[in-house]
Amino acid sequence: MPVKTIAGVQVNVSEDGYLEDMNQWNEAIAKEIASEIGIELTPKHFEVLNFLREKTIAKENLTIRSVGKSGIVDIKELYALFPKGPLKFSAKIAGIPKPTSCI
Amino acid sequence: MKNLLILGAGTSGTMMANHLRHKLYKDQWKITIVDQFKTHYYQPGFLFLPFDIYTENQVKKVGKKFIPKDVNYIQKKIEQIFPEENKVQLEDETLHYDVLIIATGSKIVPEETPGLVGPLWKKDIFDFYTYEGSLALRNKLRDWEGGKLVVHITEMPIKCPVAPLEFAFLADDYFRKKGMRDKVEITYVTPLSGAFTKPTCTTALNYLLKEKGIKIEIDFAIESVDNDAKEIVDYAGRRIPFDLLVSIPTNMGDKVIEKSGLGDDLNFIPTHHNTLQSLAHENIFVIGDATNVPASKAGSVAHFQAETLTDNILLYIDGYPLKNEFDGHANCFIETGNNKALLIDFNYVTEPVHGNFPFAKFGPLKLLKESVLNHWGKLAFRWIYWNMLLKGIPIPFVHRNMSFKGKIFDIKPETK
Repeated sequence: MPVKTIAGVQVNVSEDGYLEDMNQWNEAIAKEIASEIGIELTPKHFEVLNFLREKTIAKENLTIRSVGKSGIVDIKELYALFPKGPLKFSAKIAGIPKPTSCI
Repeated sequence: MKNLLILGAGTSGTMMANHLRHKLYKDQWKITIVDQFKTHYYQPGFLFLPFDIYTENQVKKVGKKFIPKDVNYIQKKIEQIFPEENKVQLEDETLHYDVLIIATGSKIVPEETPGLVGPLWKKDIFDFYTYEGSLALRNKLRDWEGGKLVVHITEMPIKCPVAPLEFAFLADDYFRKKGMRDKVEITYVTPLSGAFTKPTCTTALNYLLKEKGIKIEIDFAIESVDNDAKEIVDYAGRRIPFDLLVSIPTNMGDKVIEKSGLGDDLNFIPTHHNTLQSLAHENIFVIGDATNVPASKAGSVAHFQAETLTDNILLYIDGYPLKNEFDGHANCFIETGNNKALLIDFNYVTEPVHGNFPFAKFGPLKLLKESVLNHWGKLAFRWIYWNMLLKGIPIPFVHRNMSFKGKIFDIKPETK
């Protein structure tokens, strides 16, 4: 399992850079992952990230649709916040596993 | 007398009725199955109907033929489930149950995407996930003169996740045989980051798209269909033009699930991944496409689930702990055109791999490799479906859980 230093902290990450343990996450780590992707985080971003983390703890399936119904952002706004990969990138920045979709 | 009630007489419900009638004491349990529709469709056939490979009659039969005579079969609409009162309201009667099995499946909801059901619906925009849609598409293709064919997935999860890709492969073959492949541009549009939903498949099989000249657009989450411009538009403003759009609309669980307050935001029922018991009610079990478990929504999955669920219903009735057995096992043939097919075998945690199936040493079927034998396997499956699977007869040598014998773990998924 690769170990990476993000924002001065050693964390375990998957091969494509997702945190293995969501408890190792903090806001500084989120900011550094986001800047690697080219996203500057605003309070709105963090609202979405916290929503994703709560849903992950509750073991709920994450979909773009469920974020769109969260009351925080609609799907269009989610795309504006995390261009090109709304769920892939938001999950990576939120320190949660890569969302899987089933065959 | 106690009541076991099954909602839905599709693949899963029919299998459960057939399994349980042999297992429950007839003097103690009455089995009832409810479904308003009289026709049982062989849904995998909807993939072949548009290309004139199957005829109408090969994909439908009277559902009653497959329900055992000693099972009470009610052909009425289900209005609502009242889980706290252990009862189900039908159009004109109320049924009480001790154990409920929900097998109400999933269906397409094209209305979820603005513009999909618009002026072009059934003229230049089609689905092939319904009998009617598949048939209308066949009639369209018979005299279509070519242009931009776009095959497009709205969002996951969908029933039979490989079917859209198979559709693209078969379309390539179909137009080639008609001598008009040069007049058709095929584009495959997916909300995922690769053509296949499993990374190992994308690594092993991307060559197929190249070989067949199919263009691929990934990470495309559709917002709407622009009927005037004949383009699909995504949330980021990307536009893809089409002359003929074959869309896989949003898949959702039955409306009755929403009305009964039992589903998630797609009306799929939160279900224990390994026991198939509903997470909210201990005397409710869920099987097939109606669950929210992260396995494929496919007949093979339902077949494997049915074996575990039968055991668990019996354990539940006798007051024993349930088996944490179901592993997400799926076993799917993927048609690749030109009378060849692939076979994939996987579960919740293990991605499709190379190897032999079902026998470790000599196959005869090869996993993740194109072969003519796999294609015959897929065609033979229609017979197996009607004659063995629905009747709950075990398929020889194919175990409910994924076997690791004869499998070769040599593919490293592409990562980004």
